[in-house]
Amino acid sequence: MNRPNAYIGSAVDRIEDERLLTGKGTYVGDLNLEHLLHAAILRSPVSHGLIRSIDVSAARALAGVRAVITANEIGDVPIIPIRQHPVPEGERFRQPVIASGKVRYVGEPVAIVVASDPAIAEDALELIVLDIEELPPLADYVTAARNECLLFEEAATNRAATFRARMGDADAAFAQADYTRKERFSVQRHTAFPMETRGLLAEWVDATGHMTLYGVTKVPFFNRRVLAQMLGIEISAVDLIEVDVGGGFGARGEFYPEDFLVPFAARYVNGNVRWIEDRREHLMAMNHAREMYAEMEIACTKEGAVVGIRGRIDIDLGAYARTNGFTTPRNVVQFVSGPYYIPNLAIDAHSFVTSKTPTGTYRGPGRYESSFFCERLLDMAATDLGIDPAAFRLKNLIREEQLPRPLATMMDLDATWQTELDNGAYPIVMQRCLDEFGWQEKIKLQGQLIDGRYHGVAVGNFVEGGAGGRSENASMTIEDDGMVTVAIGSTALGQGLKTVMSQIAADALSLPIERIRLLHGSTTLLTDGVGSFHSRATVMGGSAILLAAEALLDLVRNEVGMRLDVPAANTSFSDGKVEAAGKSFALQDFAGLSVEKTFINTKLTYSYGAHAAYVAVDAATGEVEVLDYVTVEDVGRVINPATLHGQVLGAVVQGLGSTFLEHLQYDENGQLLTGSLADYLLPTATDFPNIRSVSLGLRPCPNNPLGAKGAGEGGLIAVGGVIANAIASALRSLRVQPCDLPLSPPRLWRLIAEARSAEMSR
Amino acid sequence: MPMLAFRLATPRVLVDLRRVSGLDRIHIGEQGVELGAKVRWRDIERDTRLAVAQPLLAEAVRHIAHYQIRNRGTVGGSLAHADPAAELPAIALTCEAHIVAVGPRGEREIPAAEFFLAPLVTALEPDELIVAMRLSAWPKARRFSFKELSRRLGDFALAGAAVFFDLDERGCMRALHVGAFGVADKPVRLLETEAALNGMRPEPAAVAEAIKLGTSGLEMRSDIHADADYRRALLETLLTRAFDEAMQRSPS
Repeated sequence: MNRPNAYIGSAVDRIEDERLLTGKGTYVGDLNLEHLLHAAILRSPVSHGLIRSIDVSAARALAGVRAVITANEIGDVPIIPIRQHPVPEGERFRQPVIASGKVRYVGEPVAIVVASDPAIAEDALELIVLDIEELPPLADYVTAARNECLLFEEAATNRAATFRARMGDADAAFAQADYTRKERFSVQRHTAFPMETRGLLAEWVDATGHMTLYGVTKVPFFNRRVLAQMLGIEISAVDLIEVDVGGGFGARGEFYPEDFLVPFAARYVNGNVRWIEDRREHLMAMNHAREMYAEMEIACTKEGAVVGIRGRIDIDLGAYARTNGFTTPRNVVQFVSGPYYIPNLAIDAHSFVTSKTPTGTYRGPGRYESSFFCERLLDMAATDLGIDPAAFRLKNLIREEQLPRPLATMMDLDATWQTELDNGAYPIVMQRCLDEFGWQEKIKLQGQLIDGRYHGVAVGNFVEGGAGGRSENASMTIEDDGMVTVAIGSTALGQGLKTVMSQIAADALSLPIERIRLLHGSTTLLTDGVGSFHSRATVMGGSAILLAAEALLDLVRNEVGMRLDVPAANTSFSDGKVEAAGKSFALQDFAGLSVEKTFINTKLTYSYGAHAAYVAVDAATGEVEVLDYVTVEDVGRVINPATLHGQVLGAVVQGLGSTFLEHLQYDENGQLLTGSLADYLLPTATDFPNIRSVSLGLRPCPNNPLGAKGAGEGGLIAVGGVIANAIASALRSLRVQPCDLPLSPPRLWRLIAEARSAEMSR
Repeated sequence: MPMLAFRLATPRVLVDLRRVSGLDRIHIGEQGVELGAKVRWRDIERDTRLAVAQPLLAEAVRHIAHYQIRNRGTVGGSLAHADPAAELPAIALTCEAHIVAVGPRGEREIPAAEFFLAPLVTALEPDELIVAMRLSAWPKARRFSFKELSRRLGDFALAGAAVFFDLDERGCMRALHVGAFGVADKPVRLLETEAALNGMRPEPAAVAEAIKLGTSGLEMRSDIHADADYRRALLETLLTRAFDEAMQRSPS
C-alpha cells in the first residue's frame, strides 16, 4: 500500500487524525498569546429599527474594560463586498460591518467590547444602554414584497435581485404539452451549523503596523484583500493564518462583520484580541440558508418525456446581501433540471430582503432546493401518467452521448463560467443505485401497511457542480532533510485535505507520503491562493500540485543535466532517488529548489449520482423511519475512498437533518425562536443509522489533469426530494403529497389528517 | 446551569449539594421505595431491584435525555425544576408519590398532586430543600406502560403517557392510573379516563371513548415543535398504545 505512485485511489489513513484525536488540535480557542484581550459583541435585540442612541459610559467604566467600539469610533463604516455572483442591483443591499443609524435583524452587531476577560466583556454588554426606535418588522418575504415598508429606503424596493435561467421555449412547450401539473413547494430556513462556532484572534503589532488574524478559513486570500482595504493598510501588512477548525459547510470563513470588528478592535486597543462566538450568537449571526417558496410546473408528453419545467421562486434573503448571498438564488434556477434532459426551461428567482439574519451558502447551495422541486414534480408526473418512477427517470436522464450539454443559460449574467455538464454515465449509475438498493423487491412494498406503518420507496438523481473559483496555487520546496514542503491555497475544513493533497503530491513526485510536508491556507505560504468551496479543493488544489510537481522535477532534471552534462530528459525519479547516466542522487542533494505554480480553470466539473430511500411512516403520529438509504455517485476519479465515504455519509445525514429536523423559526416580529440546540434540532448519531454509499470513478473528468470532479456535496443534494417522494409513495393510498419542508411529525400528521378528511368527502 | 449560561439567572449565592451526605440513597422496603434527592438517573437504571420494585419508574427513566445527562441529573433536580415535559414529575403524579422537603420549619411531605403548580413552579418554599421522593409499593402483577414521542432520541417529549392498573379475577381494571406530560403546563392525571374505565374490561372501544373523555378537557400546549391539535391527537394515540401494551405485556 505505501509504495510510491500508488496513493491515489487508496484508502490512506487520514494524516490529520492522530493529532486531532489525541487532543493536539489547535483551534482559535487554544491559541495563547501574551496580553490577550477578549471581545464580546452587542447585537441588536430588535429586527428593524432606528438607533436613537447608544450609551456606553457605564460599560466603559467597568473595571477590566479596555474599549467599547461603536460605529462612532469606526467612523467611515466599511461595507462588506459580495464575493460571488455580484449583480449591480444587489450592491445596494450589502452589509456594513456594524450597524450605524439602522438595525435590520436581530443579531446585527451594534458595539464591540474589549476587556481583560471574556466574562467581563459580557458583563459590559449588559451595561450598554441601547435606544432603538422600532420600525415595522419584515419577518417574511410576502410582507417585504409589498414594499410598504423598506429595509433600505434608498433602494426604493425590498427586491434585492432576480436571477433567470432559460433554455428553449418553455411557454411554447407548455402550450403543446399532453400533460402539465403545477405545484407549490417550500424549503425552510436552516443553516450549515459547523460543530465549532466561529472564533478569531487578531494580533496587532504597532511597531511594524502588521495585522495577523488567526482562525480564518475557506478563502483567506480574498479576506486578506478585503481586510487590508478596510483597515487602510497594504495587503502585505496583513496575514491570515489558518488554524484547525471544526467544519465550514459553506458558512464558516466568509467575510463577516466580525472579520473586520475583531482586527479593528485589536488595532484600536493596540493589542491582541480574541473573540469566540457562543452558540446562541452563532444561530443569529452566521449565515442562514435555504428559505424559499416556489411555484413550479412540469410538462410531459403522454409517453412520459419531460418537455419543460417553468416556475417562480421567491427567496427570503434575510437583511443583507452577504459575500455569497446570491450563490443560492443563482444556483437554484440553473439546477432545476439536474441530470435530466429537459429541453425547455424558464425559472425566475426573486430575492427579497427581510429583517432576519442574512443568508449564504450551505453545502449544495440551490441544488438541494432545486432537486427537491424537480424530483417531487417528476414523481407526481410519473404517478399521474401511470409510469414506474424509476423507469420514468431512466427515460429522462441525459444519455452519455448527449454530453457535454450546457445547463440553462443564466440571463443578464456574465458568462464567466462554462456551466456545461461535462461527461458521465447517468443511467448506468442510477441503475447501479437501484441494484444496490434492491429496487425490484422493495417497490413491491410501496403503499403497504406493515405492522401499523406504511412503507414507501423512492429514487432520484443529482448533479453537483465543482471546481469553481478560477485558480489555485501550489508551491513545492525540496528541504535539507529530504522532505518536500508542499503548500497550497486550498483550506482545510475537516474534509481530510492534508491527506488527499499529500497523496496527490507523493504520487506526482514518486515519493513516500511520509516525505511530504503539507501546508495549506495561510496567506504567508504563497503569493496567492483561493481556498475551499464549491467542491473545488481536490480538483483545483490537486491540479495545482500536479503542475508544481512537474515544474519541480524539471528543475531537478536541469540541475542533474548541468552537473553531469547529460540531457535532462534522461533523468528518472523513484522513491526519493534521482538517477541519470548511471549516477544516483538523493532528493536532498537538490535542497533549496522551489517552485510555485497556478492552476487556472474556467471549466466546472459535474459529479453525479443517484439516491434511493425506503421509509416507514406511522400515520397516527407522523413519524418517519428511514429503513434504508443508498447513494451511488461517480466522482470521476476517487483520490481517497475512505475520506470520500465519510464525506458522503456526513452529507446524507445533513440532508436528512434538513429534511426532517432543522428549522430556524421566527415570530412575526422577526425574533428568532430557535436560539439553542434544544430548539434547533440537529441530527445526532442515533437518528439515521441506515445509510449506505458507493462511490465510483467511472468517467474521469476531461477538464483537469487529475480527472477528478468535485465531491462531498452530492450526498446532500437529492435527500429532500427522495425522502418526500418515499413518503408520498408510502402514503399513496391517502394521496398525501408532501411539498413543504421540513417533514416534521406534526406537519405530516396534518397532511394525513387533511387527506383523510378529503377522502371522506369524496 | 443553562439559565446561568444564558445570563437569564444571576443568583448571588449558589449552593452545591454534592458534599451533603445521605441524599443519594435508594431505599426499597415493604411500604415502597424512597429515592433520595441526589439519586441520579443512572443509579435508577443500574439498580436491578427497581426494575421489579418500580418497573414504571425504571422504564420512564430510560427515556430521560441522553446518557451524559442521565449520569448527572437527579431526582430532586427534576422535581424542583418541574418541566412540564419531564418524565419524573409525570411518574410522581401518576403514581401518587410524596415529595419530602425540609426547611427551617422541619420536614413535610407534599403529595405530587399538590406539588406541581405551573411550568417550572412548585409548592416548594424558597427556604425548602427536597430530600426524597416516596413511592408506594408496586404489586407484582400490576400492568403498566410508558410511551412518549420526541423529535429525536433524548429530546423532551412532544407528548407522553403513563398507564398502570391491576386486573381482577374477572379481567376488569382496578386501581387504574393514567398520567400525561408534555401536553399541558404541568403533568396531568386523566381522572375522567380513570373513572370511566376503573372496574371495566379494557375493551378497545371503551378505552378509546374514555381517552377522549379524559383529554377533551385538557388545554393543550402549543409551541414551535408541535401545535395543540397535534399534541391532542398524539396523546390519544400514545394512550391507546399504552393501554394495548399494558394488556399485552405479561407482568414480571
